[in-house]
Amino acid sequence: MKTASFRLLRRSETAIALILILAMLVIGFINPAFWQLDNLFSLLRSNIILGIMALGVLLVMISGGIDVSFPAFAVAGMYLTIKSMSDPNFIIYIGDVPVFVAFALSAGIGLICGAANAFVIHTFKAIPLIVTLGMASVVRGLLLGIVGTSIVNIGEMPKSLMNFASANMLTLTKADGTTSSLTAMVLIYALLAVVIHCVLKYTMMGRSVYALGGDGEAAKRVGFNTRRTTYFIYCTAGALAGFAGLLYAAMNWQADPRVFGGYDMQVIAAVVLGGASIFGGYGSVLGTVLGVFMFVMVQNSLIIMGIPTTWQRVVIGVIVLLAAAISAWRDYKSRAGIGRLS
Amino acid sequence: MTSKFDMRRFMDRNDNILMLLLLTVLIIVTMAYATDYRFLRPGNIESITFMFPELGLLSIAMMIAMLTGGIDLSVIAVANLAGILAGVYFQRTAPMPGEAVTFGAELFRVSIGILIALTTGVCAGAFNGLLITRLKITPILTTLGSGYLMTGLAVVLTGGPAIIGFPALWGAIGNGKIPLGSLVGLPDYYDLAIPFAIFLVIACLVAFMLSRTAIGVSLMLIGSNPKAAVFAGLRTVRMTFYSYMLTGVLASIAGIMLSARVSAAKSDYGVSYLLQAVLIAVLGGTNPAGGRGTVLGVSIAVVALMFLSSGFQMLRFSNHLIDFIWGAFLLLVIALNALRNHKR
Repeated sequence: MKTASFRLLRRSETAIALILILAMLVIGFINPAFWQLDNLFSLLRSNIILGIMALGVLLVMISGGIDVSFPAFAVAGMYLTIKSMSDPNFIIYIGDVPVFVAFALSAGIGLICGAANAFVIHTFKAIPLIVTLGMASVVRGLLLGIVGTSIVNIGEMPKSLMNFASANMLTLTKADGTTSSLTAMVLIYALLAVVIHCVLKYTMMGRSVYALGGDGEAAKRVGFNTRRTTYFIYCTAGALAGFAGLLYAAMNWQADPRVFGGYDMQVIAAVVLGGASIFGGYGSVLGTVLGVFMFVMVQNSLIIMGIPTTWQRVVIGVIVLLAAAISAWRDYKSRAGIGRLS
Repeated sequence: MTSKFDMRRFMDRNDNILMLLLLTVLIIVTMAYATDYRFLRPGNIESITFMFPELGLLSIAMMIAMLTGGIDLSVIAVANLAGILAGVYFQRTAPMPGEAVTFGAELFRVSIGILIALTTGVCAGAFNGLLITRLKITPILTTLGSGYLMTGLAVVLTGGPAIIGFPALWGAIGNGKIPLGSLVGLPDYYDLAIPFAIFLVIACLVAFMLSRTAIGVSLMLIGSNPKAAVFAGLRTVRMTFYSYMLTGVLASIAGIMLSARVSAAKSDYGVSYLLQAVLIAVLGGTNPAGGRGTVLGVSIAVVALMFLSSGFQMLRFSNHLIDFIWGAFLLLVIALNALRNHKR
């Protein structure tokens, strides 16, 4: 008989949470500075952008695909939105519009790019990795080649965006009089995570994402509209990327069209770390949020633990392989076969 | 059965090759017209024969990984790491300033350097192969992770900047020429570029292996139907493992050429080659889901696309726009392949 506590122990989220706590204890033991409020707050801050992008990648991976185009979409959403808000000579000049309009615009640009992904993947039954690889090159190439490569600096950045992103939800005064604050953007991340969680868990659309990843053909025969599901997945992933891109620029007071190189790898690593399977059918928002936190924590703690930054890539590579090995071992028990792309 | 050459059957089987040749001719004619025939100058054609072999080898490597339905995203990292490890060896054994260097000693050093680079490729390929076949990690995640790992090792080894100090003889691998043209009294741009010669030899070897040996035929079968391959008694695990080792070796040879051509090695050289290698493999008629792919197809595709990008460079398109064109071309090829398969 399975009791509730037994089921809780068997869940992969529990395992991830336990490893996370263990890792925190180890890092904190090596260098107690880890537990300082400033460090914890900055850790949470580093979670936001990666986390929002990871929610989109999670959807794609649950459906059995993979997405390497979202960093390009994030840049496109961010750069086009900020250019049109700050540069009067840009093709479309909209000025300093309300913040929510700006975010809607950036997310909308991402959504359109995502729809292009979905169109090619669904219409031509193409392999998501190759399609998104091509789409990333198309979007980045067009953006850098036509719109330009110049960085929008703090002086030209829309004031409203910067003000919005510097809001804090919590400011604590320490004994020596200095303050440490937690950015309110964490709330946006949390809200988006809850929304995606509810969609995946409680709506027909969410269930069809899992069904598509479990077995596309079966999902179709049972009556799921796989076309609509595919569009939903890639459009949502694109919109989340576009949103995250603008938020990144707003939080860092700068819009650089060359940013987010290597983010594809980091986000995929975090999502795999959170227990999602590349074969599809597995994965949860809670696991992903934990995976992102673990990933960011290890990355940020390398310096605290005295490991030179040149080793960072090596460590990330090892983390990805370890996480993938564990998830592959779990999958192997349920289905056999040599790793195939599709 | 007639011994007469059956044109229709040949056309059927080589449908894709003919289309590629047509595409190549189309690109050459268009570019020649657009660049006012500057494009066809011997100097330009010659520089292409130096440039394309490294990309060609990476594309053949990608094709081999795709034969079993996999992919190798770590080829660039393997190539760079191979060049860097050889470079580290050359730096350690560099002769003192003023010391006389005999040709024999130089040849010995370069041979050891090649050995180091090839060993790197074998080990990297074996590492990928083990993770994919034994730990059952998907090829995407394996090679994404191992690529990151190897690029990381390259950064650790070089500390960031490019590594230099390659011997002159090493440079000859990337820039030398075999004086075939000069021997018969033709201008020197009719000479055979050494990278091109290496590419021809390796392409022929791989083509022979894929079409005429047990391992090649097994790989095709594994790709078209893995379950049937197992039931047919093929050692699918071992064959897939070998294929990733071969991929690693080809990538390391590309690394030797790349580091030889520019006489330097760095952790982020040739990053844009990854997308191009995937594109060329797919354009060359490789099925990314496995089971189909030829060296000839990939070779023609790489030449076609080198002509294309060289033409755009001559027309002063920015590198970003050329990236856009590569990506758009990939999507177009996917669409065309899908439509063609649909018709059958």
